[in-house]
Amino acid sequence: MPELVATEQTILVVGGGISGMTAALEAAECGKQVILVESSATLGGRTALLYRYFPKLCHPTCGLEINLRRIKASRNIRVYTLAEVTRIDGRSGDYTVSLKLTPRYVNASCTACGDCAKAVAATIPNPWNYGLDRITAAYLPHAMAYPQRFVIDPSIIGTPEADKAKAACRYGAVDLEMKEETLTLKAAAVIWATGWKPYDAAKIQPYGYGRFKNVITSVEFERLADPHGPTGGRIVRPSDGKEAKDVAFIQCAGSRDENHLRHCSRICCMASLKQTRFMREAFGEAAQSTIYYIDIRAIDRFEDFYKQVQADPHVRFIKSKVARIEEDRASADPVLHGVDTEGYLRYANRHDLAVLAIGMEPSVRGSAIPATLGEDSSGFLVPALDGAAIFGAGCATNALDVNRAVQSSTAAALRAIQVVNRSARAET
Amino acid sequence: MGAPNELNLAALAKYSNDFLREVEANVEEGEWVKMCMQCGVCAGSCPFGPDWEHSPQKIFMMIRAGKRQEVLTSDSMWMCTSCYNCVVRCPRKLPITQIMHGLATYAHRLGLAPKMQPTYQWSLQFWDNCTRTGRVNELKLTLGLYFKEGFVAGVKKAWALRGIGFGLLRAKRLNPFELIRGHECKDKAGIHRMLKKAQEIEARRLKIPQFKTEG
Ligand SMILES: Cc1cc2nc3c(=O)[nH]c(=O)nc-3n(C[C@H](O)[C@H](O)[C@H](O)COP(=O)(O)OP(=O)(O)OC[C@H]3O[C@@H](n4cnc5c(N)ncnc54)[C@H](O)[C@@H]3O)c2cc1C
Ligand code: SF4
Ligand code: SF4
Repeated sequence: MPELVATEQTILVVGGGISGMTAALEAAECGKQVILVESSATLGGRTALLYRYFPKLCHPTCGLEINLRRIKASRNIRVYTLAEVTRIDGRSGDYTVSLKLTPRYVNASCTACGDCAKAVAATIPNPWNYGLDRITAAYLPHAMAYPQRFVIDPSIIGTPEADKAKAACRYGAVDLEMKEETLTLKAAAVIWATGWKPYDAAKIQPYGYGRFKNVITSVEFERLADPHGPTGGRIVRPSDGKEAKDVAFIQCAGSRDENHLRHCSRICCMASLKQTRFMREAFGEAAQSTIYYIDIRAIDRFEDFYKQVQADPHVRFIKSKVARIEEDRASADPVLHGVDTEGYLRYANRHDLAVLAIGMEPSVRGSAIPATLGEDSSGFLVPALDGAAIFGAGCATNALDVNRAVQSSTAAALRAIQVVNRSARAET
Repeated sequence: MGAPNELNLAALAKYSNDFLREVEANVEEGEWVKMCMQCGVCAGSCPFGPDWEHSPQKIFMMIRAGKRQEVLTSDSMWMCTSCYNCVVRCPRKLPITQIMHGLATYAHRLGLAPKMQPTYQWSLQFWDNCTRTGRVNELKLTLGLYFKEGFVAGVKKAWALRGIGFGLLRAKRLNPFELIRGHECKDKAGIHRMLKKAQEIEARRLKIPQFKTEG
């Protein structure tokens, strides 16, 4: 049983993406005790799964690396991965929180040498590449993973594969006897930063995602462009592995739609604009991107980025929400059907690959959080009205880019710090 | 065209330049038109898309642009087959099919519907046929359609489709005696009273002096 570290002055941060990391750091660097709880095996969240991020097109390493270093350096933050909050009771300044810790089957002696992975043959769909490839069932999530510690997938526990992993480890780090644990702790305030997930593209029936191989989502495209991704950074078609030099980007896939997500996901216009740059980087003069849009929402200072992409002769803009996609049987090319609003012209355009600029929805709906919190009509968290010290941060509260997610998390940290200060004063 | 329709003149005077307001006030589900965001999904989803003059998307924009004459005389509303493809896909959930039929009804009421449009004529014939006796007389309805363009054309068309005709006869789906008398409702007068009352209620609801049915 892990030692009980928290006190009434602790801030609990749930979700270890860029938002949760930011909130934890801001609070810790102000001298507060922080517990950071992440449900997956690593910190970093979905930002770590981007190839590069707008507006400056830096690699996510540059933003995450520094935060990870700050977390390692801080004595005030304790991180739990593979951990989930199952219960929150109490009130502002005095919460009792239950955590469920899922076994990793690898203890702190792991040096990330990777010998266990070499010994194991069984594979699982790779969640860090949105299932586009497979990884061995003993794995390190990705190069940036924190902690740098391998995971044995529960699917091989009890099989000879797990024994092979254990035998291969020279440091005695593989511990197949680990069990699920529960942990109860105290906290003055909670920051809820569980982020977002891509909308289920298969629900947008006329686009044929899941039926047509060459219809993928923007998060998958991000992985294709990444040298650490499933194709080693080659932008190729899932159907035949040929280079996808002519790509259609379909905006508002699932967003701004009463049949799917009501809200504008806010980042997907910028994501597609950015991805046209990946195309140019990969194929130079041979790249052809076409963006099908209702209206381009490059918010405030991103307008400059939009202007630059507009000036690129290798990017075409068609003002139209695509009505449906058809697959050409012989070539597996996606053929897009719709009407161009500028001139009301009907089109049937063939491309190598269609990328759905998929909408964002909260990964945990406000109503599903183990505490009484409200949600808006899309399920994003809204501030508690009953004076609770549970604060939303980042994409758990709205569809936000990294910059805005960080701002929102700093705000949440400030609110939590105030609660801790108030309860500390009341005690003395 | 005949004499200018008084309702049309009255509507023109009342709404002068604001066709959107006119549609909102007079067309079934017309208040939805302003919700259209011109995404084009309905236009691209319509199976008749390439064959008609104005897609729903275009019609809605034309309404907002005040293109009254073009909208009300358009053939598009009469081409809608009520497949509801657009309705299930519209991201703003506009009841597009209903609006299209609402516009058709309104255009007809104002006497602006395209007189030679085949589905328009068919609608009138159907209405006349089924309200006369309270029962649809399919034989008369079909023959009326065949001979619409004159005797020779009618005979030609009937001859071309004779296989289907005899098939229906054999299957007892077609009764030749319908041509002479035809079956009707027990209380024909009652049906007529009911229809008249419905029209009065409709006229009151729409605040129009009188609901005119042509043809
Ligand atoms: C295609 C695409 C491209 C993008 N490109 C850019 C870009 O170029 N630039 C940019 O600024 N933004 C970009 N974004 C947006 C960016 O991904 C988000 O702003 C960012 O991920 C928000 O971080 P977050 O921490 O709020 O959420 P997340 O990254 O989703 O992190 C949430 C964390 O919480 C964890 N978690 C979830 N549920 C629980 C639970 N119950 N308990 C504990 N932990 C939990 C998750 O495992 C995850 O680690 C892009 C988005 C998309 C869709
Ligand atoms: S950001 Fe752009 S693509 Fe995304 S929902 Fe909004 S308008 Fe649509
Ligand atoms: S689908 Fe709906 S919102 Fe889009 S153009 Fe048609 S009516 Fe307007």
